[in-house]
Amino acid sequence: MADDFLNDSMLEVYIFETSQNIEQLENAVLESEKTGRYSEAAINEIFRIMHTIKGSSAMMMLGNLAELAHKMEDLFYYIREAQPKQVDYAALSDLVLSGIDFIQAELKKIQDKKPADGDANELLAAIAVFLEQLKAANGDLQQEQDTSSVQAAAGDEYALQPTPDDEHKSRPAEGLSAYEAVLYYEEGCEMENIRAYGVIHNLQGLVEDLYYRPADILENDETAAYISKHGFTVGVLTDKPADEMRRFFADVLFLAKLEFRELDAATFAERKGGAGTVRTQVKAAAAGSGENGGKVRAQETAVASSSGQGMISVNVAKLDKLMDLVGEMVIAEDMVVQNPDLNGLELENFRQAARQLRKITSEIQDLVMSVRMVPLANTFLKMQRIVRDMSKKLQKEVRLQLIGEDTEVDKNIIEHISDPLMHLIRNAVDHGLETAEERLAAGKDKTGTVTLEARNVGNHVLIMVRDDGRGLNKEKIISRAEKHGLLTKPAAEMTEKEIFQLIFLPGFSTSEQITEYSGRGVGMDVVVKNLEKVGGSVSVDSVSGQGTAFTLKLPLTMAIIEGMNLTVGRARYTIPISAIKESVRLENHKLVRDTDGNEMLLVRGECYPIIRLHEFFKVPTEVTNLADGIFILVDYEEKPFCLFVDDLLGQQEVVVKALPRYIQNKRVRGIGGCTLLGDGSISLILDVSGFVA
Amino acid sequence: MVDYVSFQGYEEEEEDTLRGKYLTFFIDNDSYGIELRYVTEIIGIQPVTEVPELPDYIRGIINLRGRIIPIMDVRLRFRKPFREYDDRTCVIIVEMSGITMGLVVDSVAEVLSIPDEDIVEPPEIQKNHNRYVQGIARVGDDVKLILDCNKILTDDEVEQLSQL
Repeated sequence: MADDFLNDSMLEVYIFETSQNIEQLENAVLESEKTGRYSEAAINEIFRIMHTIKGSSAMMMLGNLAELAHKMEDLFYYIREAQPKQVDYAALSDLVLSGIDFIQAELKKIQDKKPADGDANELLAAIAVFLEQLKAANGDLQQEQDTSSVQAAAGDEYALQPTPDDEHKSRPAEGLSAYEAVLYYEEGCEMENIRAYGVIHNLQGLVEDLYYRPADILENDETAAYISKHGFTVGVLTDKPADEMRRFFADVLFLAKLEFRELDAATFAERKGGAGTVRTQVKAAAAGSGENGGKVRAQETAVASSSGQGMISVNVAKLDKLMDLVGEMVIAEDMVVQNPDLNGLELENFRQAARQLRKITSEIQDLVMSVRMVPLANTFLKMQRIVRDMSKKLQKEVRLQLIGEDTEVDKNIIEHISDPLMHLIRNAVDHGLETAEERLAAGKDKTGTVTLEARNVGNHVLIMVRDDGRGLNKEKIISRAEKHGLLTKPAAEMTEKEIFQLIFLPGFSTSEQITEYSGRGVGMDVVVKNLEKVGGSVSVDSVSGQGTAFTLKLPLTMAIIEGMNLTVGRARYTIPISAIKESVRLENHKLVRDTDGNEMLLVRGECYPIIRLHEFFKVPTEVTNLADGIFILVDYEEKPFCLFVDDLLGQQEVVVKALPRYIQNKRVRGIGGCTLLGDGSISLILDVSGFVA
Repeated sequence: MVDYVSFQGYEEEEEDTLRGKYLTFFIDNDSYGIELRYVTEIIGIQPVTEVPELPDYIRGIINLRGRIIPIMDVRLRFRKPFREYDDRTCVIIVEMSGITMGLVVDSVAEVLSIPDEDIVEPPEIQKNHNRYVQGIARVGDDVKLILDCNKILTDDEVEQLSQL
């Protein structure tokens, strides 16, 4: 790990690729488990992933990971080749999943800049035992030999091969001896030239002098093909005994065959001098086999690109910055195009150019937005593992159904919903679903179903978590709410919906016993808080005996909203269009005052309470007569109201900016963020939920 | 996914060269200083957007090249009467522990190097009054009050309680 030729960027790529690989791996395992058997495709995929992890881990000098992956690969190699009839697939999945957990833990350590020092021995032993049992159960000795044949063959070659050179002609002076080794790598291990360089790198400090052929392994990628064909020749001059040197070469990873011999000093010097000339030979050889090799490479790149090389991963912070800059640019463009200095000038060419500019900026804006959109699939797939682990632990049979996982949501939002979703899923499996016996008794299928569904609805994404379990228990909810003093009105007067809504209150948790998975007192209120952070909400619906459904409503993006700009006094505000039902003037509508002096507006027989924005925010304004201003009817869940403002300025797409942290900490009611208007001034974005709370 | 820890060494170095340097400014005829390492820039007064429900010393927010920054009037923070802003009025942008804030002062004076031994702790006679002062510096014949930036930015629970 500490080797200096491993730089950070390589490590970054390694971590990224490996985490992607194990994600795929996890999915493959979970998929297979669902169908009850490992398909040939799945086995091949697992084999391939393990192979990749093995290779890259070895390159990063992560011995424990490489070893683990190697053993897993062996295991799946056996399964693939021998196609054993009797396989304990459940145990196999457990084994692979714990392997995944181990790798994940190690990756985390590396990310935290700690040494990846996890001990994989237990796992390795478990895999070995499993493989033994598998072989024993299938009585397949023939295959066993096959499995280890690669290693056995390699082992044979480790024996010293006597060559004519070997006859102790003249030992080099000062107790130094010269050796030459030719390394042949396993077929398909790839990047032979880089691996060869690793060998040379490790040799430094061990030897006095060395040469190697081909010599230009770092600069010339063609050498990889040459090495895989003709081997990699290293000559060393060292004071170490032959045994030690041989062991060193034998320990090289992915070694298929090793030729090792002693040289005399003269030959060493001669070959060292000649090493440089190999360069041209390699090129010639590569050119000679150009057609053939070219084809192979073309295939390789095709494979590589299909496995996601067309994608790059970008730091989200950079995207945020880009987003901000684009917002700036749009505003700057407005400042140029609508510059007061241009007033009254006939500028046809300028206007034309400005229109072109506008077109481009708005396209860029759309593009940047779309870049930030990520499908929910990854988040959803993570839930599969949770359901699987829980169903094992709780001995409930659970099926997780995913619908619409390709729905796209802003990256920021995805980050915030993973925890709430996990919480809801755990609740559904732990409390929602009954045990198998209870289900059978109730005449239901033994296997419970949890459905995770996402779909687009206008400017929102709905995510539903449904179970077909026992449903919420109204009596229990009420009695618990009573106990904690959460009831605000008599239980008898509450509608079903209001009762269910109680579970979202802080300090409410219905589960009697605390289990490993849920019911630690941090209840649904945490879910609500997490969702509110991204402008989402949650509601619940339940039918006793048939199940419970939680619906999360999330905005597509937090970054840009369609807003209506309005003024109160000198201040300007923006209200999301989605919150506006309509805007009316007093003229045709009736003003009502109740006995407390509260003002209400009667619109088509419906009565809406009036909130004067200038009073609410204590902003001085000259428009205090209700007839002079304008009313905005705001549709907030079940509590519509109308806002009284001075005037409307017009509709505009605005880039939402968060308020500075200092102000966020003060929790200003009714303000959700701010945005920059065309003239560079700031408009505060209203948060309609803040007016009724 | 990957945290970048570069530039750390660079910042440490920078901090070293800023040590012992103070930006001094005036409120009325009193001279104050704040540690230069918290200061990111100094700008003239800009149009301020008021935000409701905030303490009076938070004047609102400004748009500084696309960044939204809250503005605190240091006069009001020190319970001095409000004074109309003029062309000498400056906003000192400070940044510490993740919070960026613009401090409105009557005028900015200069950057001074004040050795630690010239700064003494404020006497603890009236606890309430030197809450924001972390030291008193002698520079020639003058006395400058060195402010505790952190307290100015974060210490408002006390204030809220006393207002109740």
